[in-house]
Amino acid sequence: MAAKAPAAGRIGVRKSYKLFIGGAFPRTESGRYLSVQDAKGAFVADISRASRKDLREAVLAARKAFGGWSKRTAFNRGQILYRMAEMLEARRAIFERGLVELAGYSPKAATAEVDCAIDRVVWYSGWADKFTQVFGSTNPVAAPYFNFSSPEPVGVVTVLAPQNAPLAGLVSAILPVIVSGNAAIVVVDSAAPTLAIELAEVLATSDLPGGVVNILTGQRAELLGHVGSHADIDAVLCFGGQDGQRKALATAGAESVKRVHFMDDPDAPRWLGDDMQSPYWILPFVELKTAWHPIGA
Amino acid sequence: MSAAVTEETRTETESQAHAAPASPRALLFGDLWEYAPAPESKDHVRVRSRYGHFIGGELVDGDNYFPTINPATEEVLAEVAAADEATVDRAVQAARQAYDKYWKGMKGAERAKYIYRIARMIQDRARELAVLETLDGGKPIRESRDIDVPLAAAHFMYYAGWADKLEYAFPGTNPAPLGVAGQVIPWNFPLLMAAWKIAPALATGNTVVLKPAETTPLTAMKLAEILQEADLPPGVVNIINGAGATGAALVNHPDIDKVAFTGSTHIGKLIQRTIAGTRKRLTLELGGKGANIIFADAALDQAVEGIVNGIFFNQGHVCCAGSRLIVQESVVDEVVARLKDRMATLRVGDPMDKNTDIGAINSKMQLDKIRGLVAAGEEEGGERWSTPCRLPERGFFFPPTFFTGVTQAHRIAQEEIFGPVLSILTFRTPEEAVEKANNTPYGLSTGVWTDKGAKLFKLAGAVRTGVVWGNTFNKFDPASPFGGFKESGFGREGGRHGLLPYLEVK
Repeated sequence: MAAKAPAAGRIGVRKSYKLFIGGAFPRTESGRYLSVQDAKGAFVADISRASRKDLREAVLAARKAFGGWSKRTAFNRGQILYRMAEMLEARRAIFERGLVELAGYSPKAATAEVDCAIDRVVWYSGWADKFTQVFGSTNPVAAPYFNFSSPEPVGVVTVLAPQNAPLAGLVSAILPVIVSGNAAIVVVDSAAPTLAIELAEVLATSDLPGGVVNILTGQRAELLGHVGSHADIDAVLCFGGQDGQRKALATAGAESVKRVHFMDDPDAPRWLGDDMQSPYWILPFVELKTAWHPIGA
Repeated sequence: MSAAVTEETRTETESQAHAAPASPRALLFGDLWEYAPAPESKDHVRVRSRYGHFIGGELVDGDNYFPTINPATEEVLAEVAAADEATVDRAVQAARQAYDKYWKGMKGAERAKYIYRIARMIQDRARELAVLETLDGGKPIRESRDIDVPLAAAHFMYYAGWADKLEYAFPGTNPAPLGVAGQVIPWNFPLLMAAWKIAPALATGNTVVLKPAETTPLTAMKLAEILQEADLPPGVVNIINGAGATGAALVNHPDIDKVAFTGSTHIGKLIQRTIAGTRKRLTLELGGKGANIIFADAALDQAVEGIVNGIFFNQGHVCCAGSRLIVQESVVDEVVARLKDRMATLRVGDPMDKNTDIGAINSKMQLDKIRGLVAAGEEEGGERWSTPCRLPERGFFFPPTFFTGVTQAHRIAQEEIFGPVLSILTFRTPEEAVEKANNTPYGLSTGVWTDKGAKLFKLAGAVRTGVVWGNTFNKFDPASPFGGFKESGFGREGGRHGLLPYLEVK
């Protein structure tokens, strides 16, 4: 496609889309890029094509962030996630325009997806200080002991993000992972990857501690094996993917007894359904801890 | 002393004849007193000379028979068949047919009554099961009688009650069974592990093919008789005997919907790898290297009881054993002295004797593994102390042992020994205790001993294990979820949470 002739008036300032690691926006260490086109095939921007080394850096950042984030009070985590919804609402025009221009949405469909994404963040933010009550228990053991079980975050979770519904899918994938106190690395390989970095800017201004969510744009197929074999990744959430990819991921993950969880990646409209949000999406990424103590003098 | 015990000592360290008293005024412990033998009788136990498999409600013959021995005497108890792929396939087909024909359509309330029946029959036959468990596995009769068998019955009793209440367990999810579960269990708690596996699977409406461990098949076959006589519909539970190849055939069978495995982390990883890319659901309950953390302010005598229970219960053949003692530096000498005194009173020997505390190591293979790791501990510079007890001449025995001077890098501080061997490390601050406790790939159990409630809760929150015992250790209950973090596996067994691995929830 030929370059456009200069428009009348002011020349716009373009944005560089980089990775999001540890709260900062570095370029990929590999120096590689992918070009993003809009729905009509015109150049939009270059994005970073993340490498194995970038993944390792993201794991380090996530592990570092996990301790602090998981020790925040549940109330505080809920507030921060709610703040995220506020930031998203304030920037909704960016996402609506992105969905229309990059992913070819109608304006109405774009509005619906942004509405859903914002509401979903609010919905999960409310779970922060409730899911332990729903999924925990006190257990009536047949001896004089106080016994209770409570879910705790599993640690560092890598999300191979949905490729459909560039915003609602992403939000639906990330929120149930981080609401319990996990730190996430999100690998984005979709038609509108710049939206993931726009979302990173929302995260960066939501009081979310750096490293709780790290976003790597690039090619899923290239990073998948490394995700499976990295021993300091505790769990993986993979949306969609071919059988071969799923098998490779699960096979590599077995070496460190990784929790590898697969979910469907339905068409964009289905991502907006109420059945695409559930407290049961939190469960694969928590560990239940049971504590005993004698009752007596 | 019973006949099986000679006067000649066969201690692993010859130098100590008796434990030195901790102080001039301390009591002498050890073999100062003779105890009259108190053997449990076994004349009421019916053991067949051969066991095949339990498939489609029938006890069927098999092929490739191998002996199962009493590890305390090395006598052959019975011959047991090893199921090949065709036999495994028959068992899975029987389970599938039973699922379609009887089980998935049956009301939960009716399923429940079968499971209650099983619980009651285990209680009725408790003594026979306990004796058989001890004969086949080597654990003290006191433990099989007071722990394994009652808990097995309790598991069936507990889960029976869930069968018609599943919609209340996970509200709004329309819980549904998965289908056929393939379950592989270890030799350390043979009947209890069968109960842990079968009870929740049946309560949730699944059918089962279970493979017991090759060294301890007898109580599972006794359970098969109970299932038969309880009129459990044919094929709802099938039990196939055999070793690793049989387990692999079961796990890899294409018509299995769910795999549940309890055993070593090594085999757990193998299973996770081999079923990667299939639709099979998986729960793994794997190894551990549990830390037992003793603070200076703990009630030390109680803590010493907890240490002993933590590592010497069931000869240390416990995945959640407290195999690393992490004790605050200021009290380490006192704790070690009291521990020596207490260990010297432990009676090691004939598992059938009702006074025995520590029975036989389950197999020659396991004994060799324990010896190998103990040798590694000595080579790496740990200082070994074993009780100066007499060991029976025949059978597989190992004296209660601990190591001091252990660092975190030592193999005996990192690898699961699965025997009566304790590694002692020290700490100064709570943070250091947590750091050390978490410094293994495992994450199954932790014990914390302190009189300070606030400190206990801090530690309980900071350790990365699925079970935390505060001022106690090695407690189990059907209502209490059990399972690991990290390389100790995933999924929970016990409690409401133990239902989830066998259900589809939407």
